[in-house]
Amino acid sequence: MLPAAVLSALFTFYPMVMSWWYSLLDWTGFTERGDFIGLDNYWRLVQDQQFWAAFGRSIAFVLVGTPVRVVLALVIAILLNNQLLKLAPVFRTFFFIPVITTAAVVGVVMSFMLGSYQGPVNQLLMMAHILPEPVKFLSDPNTALWSVLGVHVWKGTGHTMIYWLAALQTVPTTYLEAAKVDGAGPLRIARHITWPILLPFAVVIIILTAQSDLHTFALVQAMTEGGPYFSTQVIEVYIYQTAFAAGSSESGNAGVPQLGYASAAGCFFGTVTLVIALAQAWAIRKVNAVRGQLREAGDS
Amino acid sequence: MSLATATPRRVRGARIPRHHWRTTLRVVVLSLILLPICLAWIYPFVWMVSASLKSNKEIFAGLNPFPSVVRLDNYVRAWTQANMGRYFFNTVFITVFSTVISVGSTALIGYVLGRYRFPGKKVVIGLFAAAIFLPEGYTIIPVFDMITMLGLSGSLWGVTLAEAGGAHVVATLLFAGYFGQLPGELEEAARIDGAGFWRIFANVYLPLAKPVIATAIILQVMHSWNSFLLPLVLTLSRPELRTLAVGVYSFRGEYLNDWAGMAAASTITLLPIIIVFLFLQRYFVESIAGALKN
Repeated sequence: MLPAAVLSALFTFYPMVMSWWYSLLDWTGFTERGDFIGLDNYWRLVQDQQFWAAFGRSIAFVLVGTPVRVVLALVIAILLNNQLLKLAPVFRTFFFIPVITTAAVVGVVMSFMLGSYQGPVNQLLMMAHILPEPVKFLSDPNTALWSVLGVHVWKGTGHTMIYWLAALQTVPTTYLEAAKVDGAGPLRIARHITWPILLPFAVVIIILTAQSDLHTFALVQAMTEGGPYFSTQVIEVYIYQTAFAAGSSESGNAGVPQLGYASAAGCFFGTVTLVIALAQAWAIRKVNAVRGQLREAGDS
Repeated sequence: MSLATATPRRVRGARIPRHHWRTTLRVVVLSLILLPICLAWIYPFVWMVSASLKSNKEIFAGLNPFPSVVRLDNYVRAWTQANMGRYFFNTVFITVFSTVISVGSTALIGYVLGRYRFPGKKVVIGLFAAAIFLPEGYTIIPVFDMITMLGLSGSLWGVTLAEAGGAHVVATLLFAGYFGQLPGELEEAARIDGAGFWRIFANVYLPLAKPVIATAIILQVMHSWNSFLLPLVLTLSRPELRTLAVGVYSFRGEYLNDWAGMAAASTITLLPIIIVFLFLQRYFVESIAGALKN
């Protein structure tokens, strides 16, 4: 028991606590210890436009990526849930393959595929005469964020689809049969049977998808390293580049690692994701309560 | 396609015995629509494999996925010159040992959390649940600092331990939930027979938890094989410890124009996990669907 407890203490709980301590330090490198400076890092963070811009991009990922993924995945799941569709397992495999692949490597491959010079996507669009000239998917600051988001949605939709399929399979076919026998049309079945059963799952699925839209470091770093001109620097990329001075000339803080300051950004970000998670717990409880009432009303 | 029109299709599908010709036609049309979409969906991987078998010149020349001559020299170049062979070994090492460590320890912690009452238990479970949502960007600095302090920054064990420690929260909660709902009579009976804590855990309860063990293994293997931020940071000054993900990433930085070599290196990374997935697909899907239900 002890070694297991030590492992989880070291890698789960120690970092949780220490991040907060580090965020109070003026600390540049691993060779030396930092000086305690109180909340100065946080004051700096509040005024740091680059930080807020990065935070805003992550929020954009959630606000755009989540609805697209959830709706697209639901449509695919409904189509694949058709029991007469013999090829459904094969199709499911296809949609799911991007999910299990290494995000960083997918990012590298995609950066080649979307290249404006001889990238296969541009070649294809040009050959089909859809475009007169190549699109600068990743080299134009105005389109890069959307290209990266598109790749992220492509990679993650299969994940959300599996959630929806699991949820759809909880809808008992006997209910649907009974409703049909009673003469209910497709719309009324969807409205009064399928939807109420799916609702609690929908809440969980939306939150899980939103969470994964916040965690895009590997894909973004591998595709664009936050560039061009910071246009794809999401919050995790910002933290990494600030902490380890790994952004080269691109991120403007080359040479000086800022571990304390990056910790402050990390703590802020961690708190935000935690608040979202708590909102989830609250929402699930709320939805379950509503369902419980409905069930009681139905029984009496 | 809107929700309202799509949902009843499942309803019709549920009524299996009578095959209306219109239903059949609909299924055929649906398949014909889905097939090209699916092929386009995995086109990046097809392109990657095909590019890895071509010369650089041929990649630029056209979109035909079939190379004129199958070339394996890209793989040789990636494996030796770009050190993918070494990174492959590193990644296998880290994946195997982090999985052994993490599954063993999550099963234990889950067992204790699920079967024993002790003060502060709810707090511990709450902390675990909260930790699921903590972003890696939030914990990477203390983890890096700790690995250095433990003197492990020069060996693969540093990355291995960090991988094992980082991903185990979901598995712990799954184990705790699973062990918690098993009947307590098993434990009492074993205790009367004179079995101690370890015997009861290893011989009585653990064998019952096979489905959760399978899930925990799959989650950890996916996590370790695909992980990027952690090995990237831990190997910043130690290129010889890189994993495949980090190796491919730095490959692009070093050989920007070698598309064929990059494609070969990427294939070396992705093919194993895709093959494992295809063989264990059912378990993968159940693992992820199971994470939803909890």
